[in-house]
Amino acid sequence: MPQPLNYLKESPSQTAGPYVHIGLAPGAAGFEIYRQELGQVIAAPDVPGNRISVEGLVLDGTGAPVKDVLLEVWHADPQGIYPHPEDPRHAQVAPGFRGWGRIITDFETGLWRFDTVKPGPVMGRNGRMMAPQVNVWIVARGINVGLNTRMYFEDEDNSADPVMNLIEQVDRRATLLARRVAPGQYRFDIRLQGDGETVFMDV
Amino acid sequence: MKPAEFFQRDRTWHPPALAPDYKTSVSRSPRLAMLSLQGSMSEITGPTFGHTDIDPIDNDLIRNWAKTGDPVGERIIVHGRVLDENARPVPQTLVEIWQANASGRYRHKKDAYLGALDPNFGGCGRTLTDQDGYYYFRTIKPGAYPWRNWVNNWRPAHIHVSVFGSAFSQRLITQMYFEGDPLIAQCPIVKTIPDPRAIDQLIAPLDIKAAIPLDCLAYKFDIVLRGRRSTLFENRMEGN
Repeated sequence: MPQPLNYLKESPSQTAGPYVHIGLAPGAAGFEIYRQELGQVIAAPDVPGNRISVEGLVLDGTGAPVKDVLLEVWHADPQGIYPHPEDPRHAQVAPGFRGWGRIITDFETGLWRFDTVKPGPVMGRNGRMMAPQVNVWIVARGINVGLNTRMYFEDEDNSADPVMNLIEQVDRRATLLARRVAPGQYRFDIRLQGDGETVFMDV
Repeated sequence: MKPAEFFQRDRTWHPPALAPDYKTSVSRSPRLAMLSLQGSMSEITGPTFGHTDIDPIDNDLIRNWAKTGDPVGERIIVHGRVLDENARPVPQTLVEIWQANASGRYRHKKDAYLGALDPNFGGCGRTLTDQDGYYYFRTIKPGAYPWRNWVNNWRPAHIHVSVFGSAFSQRLITQMYFEGDPLIAQCPIVKTIPDPRAIDQLIAPLDIKAAIPLDCLAYKFDIVLRGRRSTLFENRMEGN
């Protein structure tokens, strides 16, 4: 017998279930328990940059809005810097920029919304720049492993983005584009299944 | 600097998106294949948390919603370590949990189960791991509860667990089950996981050595996040 490879296995995922809000956003579940809930402010009001708001729906395979979904977003600041020690420029991130947000849908309509500053381009692999984008992670009842996708902006030049260009079916690239509906306002619908299915990523 | 990537996630170990016996997954699972990405700065970074974000009482579910006294039910400690696949501890990472009370009832405005709410139990907690990746909570053992899947499906007692790790690509939500629960083998959500060894990884054993005599039982639950590989000999990364 050769030596054993002593890697552990990743804990398998399970659905977040219908009551994910109790743990991650108890105010939405109907009770205030923590001094502060996490992920509500992605960029404090004094963070320099272009303020944007994004709203949208997550739609299931029948076209119905998913009303018990929880989204998290992660993105760089307007200079393209992540507030994380692995980013070599992280010390230059504006105070009050966390880059991470946790977003709850309206239980009646399924509409969600977040406010932040527009991210800048980020250095990708092999020195190739990535167009401004927001990492999105989606959990809900019926979703066994959190789904990752990216939101790009239709009013940016995405033509050289290395990830966008990996999508072989060119028509599907548009599923990652947030539509500009007014100055600073974007619409981003996520389709879990079927016509116009959003591109999801194994990251 | 060179980004150090994470091991590829073993999608055969995790549940598939479409698991028809868990009915809600049928319309909420993508039909097309995922796009596999090599890690970039966007994936190897993630949010960080510190002690100013949370309070010391946040990991004590017996006390953090107590209004008139202690909640009713079996007092337990849930403790363990957050490790990566290289068995390295994951320090200073946020662990969040949520659960039903001893009756199997959730404090959520959408839960209409007739099991009684407990006025002294909220059902959520959070903590940061220490330098050894260790975490602990004190809580009440949750009860099983019925759910509308097949007409007589009951969830085993479970605690939902959310972990961050150091990178957005390590983000994980799972559920912890309790050793010996006969409902585990019947649950369509548990059985979305194809490999029985993977299911075993979510079952916390009774840890009598960690129990507090005359006070509180204990269960041990270690959580494993994706490991990170070394970038040996790698001057130029291939691909995207």
